[in-house]
Amino acid sequence: MFRTALMAGALALAAAFSPTLAPAQSTLRVANMGEPESLDPHFVSGTWENRIIGDLFLGLTTEAADGSVIPGSAERWAISEDGRVYTFKIRSHKWSDGQPVTAADFEFALRRILAPETTAKYASLLYPIKNAEKFKKNETKELGVKTVGADVLEVTLENPTPYFLAQLTHYTAFPVPKHAVEKHGKDWVKPGNFVSNGAYVMTEWQPSSHVKTVKNPNFYDAANVKIEAVIWYPGEDRAAATKRFRAGEIEVATDFASDQIELLKKEIPKETRISPYLGIYYFAFNTAKKPFDDVRVRQALSMAIDREAITDKVLKTGEIAAYSFVPPGTDNYGEPAYVAFKGQGYDANKKKAIELLTAAGYGPGKPLKITIAYNTSENHKKICIALAAMWKELGVESELFNTEVKVHYNNLNEGAFDVGRAGWIADYNDPQNFLFLMQTSSGKLNYAKYSSPGFDKLMDEANRTVDLKKRAAIMREAEAISMRDLPNIPIYYYVSKNLVSPKVKGWIDNTKDIHRTRWLSLG
Amino acid sequence: MFAYVVRRIAAAIPTLAVIVTIAFFMMRVAPGGPFDLDRALTPEIEARIKAAYRLDQPLHRQYLAYVGDVLSGDFGPSFKSRDFTVAELMAAGFPASLRIGAAAIVLAILVGMGLGTLAALRQNTSVDYATMGLAMTGITIPNFVMAPLLTLVFGVYLALLPVAGWNEGAIRNLVLPVIVLALPQIAYIARLTRGSMVEVLGANYIRTARAKGMPERIVVVRHALKAAALPVVSYLGPATAGILTGSVVVETIFDLPGMGRYFVQGALNRDYTLVMATVIVYAALIIVLNLIVDLLYGVLDPKVRHP
Repeated sequence: MFRTALMAGALALAAAFSPTLAPAQSTLRVANMGEPESLDPHFVSGTWENRIIGDLFLGLTTEAADGSVIPGSAERWAISEDGRVYTFKIRSHKWSDGQPVTAADFEFALRRILAPETTAKYASLLYPIKNAEKFKKNETKELGVKTVGADVLEVTLENPTPYFLAQLTHYTAFPVPKHAVEKHGKDWVKPGNFVSNGAYVMTEWQPSSHVKTVKNPNFYDAANVKIEAVIWYPGEDRAAATKRFRAGEIEVATDFASDQIELLKKEIPKETRISPYLGIYYFAFNTAKKPFDDVRVRQALSMAIDREAITDKVLKTGEIAAYSFVPPGTDNYGEPAYVAFKGQGYDANKKKAIELLTAAGYGPGKPLKITIAYNTSENHKKICIALAAMWKELGVESELFNTEVKVHYNNLNEGAFDVGRAGWIADYNDPQNFLFLMQTSSGKLNYAKYSSPGFDKLMDEANRTVDLKKRAAIMREAEAISMRDLPNIPIYYYVSKNLVSPKVKGWIDNTKDIHRTRWLSLG
Repeated sequence: MFAYVVRRIAAAIPTLAVIVTIAFFMMRVAPGGPFDLDRALTPEIEARIKAAYRLDQPLHRQYLAYVGDVLSGDFGPSFKSRDFTVAELMAAGFPASLRIGAAAIVLAILVGMGLGTLAALRQNTSVDYATMGLAMTGITIPNFVMAPLLTLVFGVYLALLPVAGWNEGAIRNLVLPVIVLALPQIAYIARLTRGSMVEVLGANYIRTARAKGMPERIVVVRHALKAAALPVVSYLGPATAGILTGSVVVETIFDLPGMGRYFVQGALNRDYTLVMATVIVYAALIIVLNLIVDLLYGVLDPKVRHP
């Protein structure tokens, strides 16, 4: 009897103390593959910054554990009949310093990033908002953003933009704390001044060493946030990050070198996560330059590429050979428009390619000579060598031209190349985010300098179309044009590569490769 | 001596000016700029950003403005990092680099001279061959091979030391980077010490000291080592330069928040102001350290006296 009572007492005691024992090891350590340029959401442009900033701030909409779009700061919204006016009801929640988050904070943020004097690199992403482009160019003071009540925000768009809700998960649309920015100016992002409305708040930033974020007790859903703190290491050296992971110094590495894949698959197969990613690896033709203005040349070169050989023999990390510019699985689309030569067999394609080149005036007597430009990277180099070898079968003489990344993109922007390596990772899950790269109006982003009136017209039409099915059909028609003209030749669809410790629970691989810490826990 | 120091410092100013000028223009003639991104900017945004960093002005104007800023103690904003100025970044990075660099120099001198002396005393024995063989290996294996090798063995397989990270400068985290930085210098210093030690040990005054019956320890440490240290002292200048350049690689591999890393990242990012600041600090450091070495030489060698 006495013994049972004692046991019960001990158990009760243990139960009383266990909550203080449980969260002992609740810090997530991540190798983030880059030092943030800033933690101000208006001044960043990289995925590594997105990982931190998306933990710190909560946009009107946000990402669920699987990357899908769910309500964030806005608990609900109404969309006008014509699809152009969005009315958001801001949920009752607070900044980390206890001040309420209001519609005015959102209006302030949008006006700030779009202000002409704000040197935000990525502000153009918000141009779907009415007058945003003119506002940025200082041509008007009117902007399609209005605070209707303390907790009601109205946003008017230029065109019905079906991806707008998805776009609001992007950091360019995050709120910034008006009171803190006005008080501290540029220094509002410094530890001590920093205020955020997301699941975490930044408390420490030692340049090139780490950023530390801790759980924000004022976060509206704080009760369900399990990880107490996150330490983000810049860790640009992927091989070193892999070793840190294997030594148990970090729980997540957000990338690894492809050439280590065999070792990783053998030693830590469960931790090695490879998953389809919304991105396209492609080569752009300089269509403003002879002979790449000739569609037959572009088609021939595109056809003669054995894409499966590149993905299966060169890369070996699960990438999928690409025969369209929009990756399959993109929202609001369905099946993309593939190139005509898909599934025709490599030998048949090669034969056809030689015919096309002959028709364009190239052959054994007059070989086509091209330069393939790429930026420094083992993988890019291997792929370019493979391309040169495949094109040699057509009698094409290729020369490889390697430069470091800044020089490479300068050359692409200025049109100083023949064929250049490029890639695009989606900012939001919509085909428009890929196809717009080939619009005349995209300027420098359109490396190929492709300009097709038919393509442009369809893209404009798609922008005005509310009905998602019709819109998808129009865009597919546009993609079909571009896949016939081939200003860009798709090579493969990207995959995300992460090393994730089995201790990390709640990690769901997704096509956006977004894993907000609020959904994770450490077991 | 004082006049000598003043003269040397005065001579350093034009040297620095030339270095700054060459670095500034070389940086700018390199193709590609800080805002050539894989996602090109729209023209209106690009124009604003370039104006904010004075990139819209002619190059000579930019140069004059930069020199003016530096003379007034302003190293400018970083082109890449928005939340920290270049001065703030340097202030954060310099102590880390200093700590690793100083530790590496001290380690290199102690171990290098120790091994060199040992080899000289056991000249042409297996001890000598083993030490010098090891030294050759140390010289020939580059740090970007040594660092991953050591982290793999001590970090991953044996799990004795952390693979990377700064951890507020904890000793555990410094062991591997300091060893990697010091290894080639240990090797050089050991070889230098051995060479001069062998020479000194054959000198008349050492024979005299031994003949007087002085204990071997005193002969070696007090008499021979002092003279044998001279080539090592004059090597300290290049050794510091070697450690500085080594830190560029080591800091990146070990994820340490030092200046060397800024140098690489800054150059790749075309972060003009950050690269300029690292160049200025490195140049000043090498000038000052060379001066110290020269002064030290005067103290050790009676034949060299600075009037």
